[in-house]
Amino acid sequence: MSFLNTMKKTAITLTLFASCAVMTPMVLAKDIAIVGGTVHTMSTSGKLNNATVLIKDGKILDVGTNITVPSSFEVIDAKDKQVTPGFMGAFTSLGLVEVSSWAGTVDSTSADVAVSPTGAALDVSYAINPDSSLIAINRMEGFTSAATAMNNTGALFNGQGAVMSLSGDSQLVEKPRAFVVTGVDNSAADKNGGSRAAVWASLQQALLEAQSINAASLSPTNDWHGLTSKADAQALSKVVSGEVPLLISARRAADIRQVIALKQRLPSLDITLIYATEGWRVAEEIAAAGIDVILDVQSNLPYGFDQLGATMANAGRLHKAGVSIAIGIETHNIRLARQEAGNAVANGLPWEVALASLTSNVAKIYGVDDNVGSLEKGKKANVVVWSGDPLELMETAEHVIINGDVMSMESRQTKLRDRYLNRDNSIPVQHNRP
Amino acid sequence: MKFRRVKFLSLLSSIAFGVMLSTGCQEHAKTESSPLITIDKDPFPSTYQALPSETVVFNNVTILDGVGGRIDNGAALIQNGKVQQIGDSVEVPAGATVIDGKGKWLTPGIIDVHSHLGVYPTPDGGSHADGNEITKPVTAQVWAEHSIWPQDPGFRRALAGGVTSMQILPGSANLVGGRTVTVKNLPNRVAQDMKFPGAPYGIKMACGENPKRVYGEKGGPYTRMGNVAGYRQAWADAQDYIRQWERYEADHKAGKNPKPPKRDLKNDTLAGVLKGEILVHMHCYRADDMGTMLDVMEEFDYQIASFQHAVESYKIADKLADKNVCSAMWADWWGFKMEAYDGIKENVPMVHKAGACAIVHSDDDQGIQRLNQETAKALADGNRAGLKISKAVAWTWISSNAAKSLGIFDQTGSLEVGKQADVVLWSADPFSTYTQAEKVYIDGGLAFDRANPEQWPVADFELGQTGEGDVK
Repeated sequence: MSFLNTMKKTAITLTLFASCAVMTPMVLAKDIAIVGGTVHTMSTSGKLNNATVLIKDGKILDVGTNITVPSSFEVIDAKDKQVTPGFMGAFTSLGLVEVSSWAGTVDSTSADVAVSPTGAALDVSYAINPDSSLIAINRMEGFTSAATAMNNTGALFNGQGAVMSLSGDSQLVEKPRAFVVTGVDNSAADKNGGSRAAVWASLQQALLEAQSINAASLSPTNDWHGLTSKADAQALSKVVSGEVPLLISARRAADIRQVIALKQRLPSLDITLIYATEGWRVAEEIAAAGIDVILDVQSNLPYGFDQLGATMANAGRLHKAGVSIAIGIETHNIRLARQEAGNAVANGLPWEVALASLTSNVAKIYGVDDNVGSLEKGKKANVVVWSGDPLELMETAEHVIINGDVMSMESRQTKLRDRYLNRDNSIPVQHNRP
Repeated sequence: MKFRRVKFLSLLSSIAFGVMLSTGCQEHAKTESSPLITIDKDPFPSTYQALPSETVVFNNVTILDGVGGRIDNGAALIQNGKVQQIGDSVEVPAGATVIDGKGKWLTPGIIDVHSHLGVYPTPDGGSHADGNEITKPVTAQVWAEHSIWPQDPGFRRALAGGVTSMQILPGSANLVGGRTVTVKNLPNRVAQDMKFPGAPYGIKMACGENPKRVYGEKGGPYTRMGNVAGYRQAWADAQDYIRQWERYEADHKAGKNPKPPKRDLKNDTLAGVLKGEILVHMHCYRADDMGTMLDVMEEFDYQIASFQHAVESYKIADKLADKNVCSAMWADWWGFKMEAYDGIKENVPMVHKAGACAIVHSDDDQGIQRLNQETAKALADGNRAGLKISKAVAWTWISSNAAKSLGIFDQTGSLEVGKQADVVLWSADPFSTYTQAEKVYIDGGLAFDRANPEQWPVADFELGQTGEGDVK
């Protein structure tokens, strides 16, 4: 066994080392003008035809239709192209996982942890690997930032997630401890005593404990006899104050109603629903409670008895009732969220809203909309130039800009492609250097 | 076809009947000595019944014929369950429904060569986990059709995505998982009701991580080399089984009144492969795993119809073309396990461009609902890499190539005169995200009509439940 483990570790080390060499994006710190495109600002300016976006010092200098491009700016011709804010992965585990199954450590899952019996204190901001191959692979398809979180702690909470950039920088965390994740659906019940009766008692208790703590009770010398640990209670205290959003997985209408009732009991909570599979059945109530939702649009099958009403029309119906939606629950292929958004359009969601569900609506959920998710003067220059309609399958991202830097359109996958597309058959494949 | 239902002989004696029941075999009585025992190759015959066929003329429609052809402003006539005419214009028989296809596209129905609908149905609890017989590494004796729940709501979702036929396979836990079955996407009361009449059987095998992960701590195989020893021993045993039956038949012919070999359900299926009657569909990700199996295939003289998932086929596409093995692939799945780590988005078009048979498959109850979109992504990625493939040719990945790999191309998989009228009318270009299947015909019967919700099929499971009859 030990020999095997050593072999495994060696293989992983080699893979990661190789990835590091590949992943360094080409950074061009220049002033940039994106000229002539159809610009979807996702701001009050709406859609601008034949518009210009000026980028300087990593920020958006200006956006508009009547802009003179300074001669020092490098021009990207966006004629017949569409320009959008960088897309945001609404709910991912990017940076926390390389290979999901049976190939070494996966930081998006954990076993029981003594310091955090409820899982609330676990903090992914320490765990994000900027050299993960997933980052370049998704970045080159227009995703410039993401919410990242654990997806299974086996406990009541899936820890504290972070908002991260997908730039090639060594430090990707833009907002640590940006949200806390929990659930009240079948899967949460199965992990927490096997019943919603247990989940809700635990959740209620954990939030009450967090409400009651203060600096004195967190002192190492103070006795604390909670369901939560001190670390958990500390993490949750910002949730109960509303400073940190609480993301709750819920699927059936009854569970969603319970979440709405929780919001009524603790109005300071800033709640976002994940999945909300039967959200369309209680859409008006969700809207009235001011709760946003993150959707898995394509999940239209009754995987359990808590999602019998699953339908691809959910997104359109929720929007119609006034609910703000985000789209994209994936990791390796969060890049496919734009296909999902397109499918939501085919099932009744307005196109502009679908685009918002990948950009501005995501930014609002995580409280980073003052900085990203729209193209406005002074905001971070995360911009994508698309070959055409970004929700169309056959179109693609042609230029991806993060913090004003033009990203390389190369990834481990493009290198594999190029090696085998242009393989010289007369020499062994490893001697073919793409 | 290769599978003929042998009729009971009326003069069967009660003794011979007893033999037949105990062995599951049938009799050709011809002499006073013990009758020759033969094995019924079709004990669960199809009871498929199509919907009444419509007579429909599609005019002014963009046609992809599924074998690489395209007709703009074309026309097609379906009648009596078959494609009757196709071209720039067609006759309009009396009583025909005439559909103006302006802006719409007409294609052969999508064939998914990799589905677990029915065997891993929704809801997906342990009660319904009927796809993997995780008891021994070689379970060639199990048949996927004995696990199919026709009330799986997934069939209707796939129908709305334009899927008219599919292969349902056992899972990939085992070296040999069992028999696959090809069905028409028209579930009825029992599994036999949807079996594709005359389709050959397939067998599901699996390379790589899954068998060694499942059996490593349960007596093995523990490694890839253990996997390969397992396939080879299984084939060697099947060769022996064939020889036993051949000897029995020869001895019987010589009037020696021999005792028949003991029936072995596992070897019945494996022998069927070696005799060329059962098609091999093998779950394999890595190029080196596939390369090994190409040699095992030669060693035991059988043909692999397809590698399934085939995430690294782009690395050995020339070899696959040379050995006439199809690859059934995803457009862009990768990274969920180590053997999927080298997945690239150009896999499908690169395999195609190398002259090998490329298929887009789903292995997923959601992916099956938009195989047209998966094809579109693969096509776009291939063309950006300079491979220059047309939409008409790309459609072969989910029609004719899929049908060929399942042995049903003589009946379906293209819009050619005489083929089964398995047809989809799309609201627009099916390579667009926004396009939906408007009408789906199976053997000329209108199985799904998006404009007519009252006619949408609803599974028993969904009757009386939240969401019954809703748009899905």
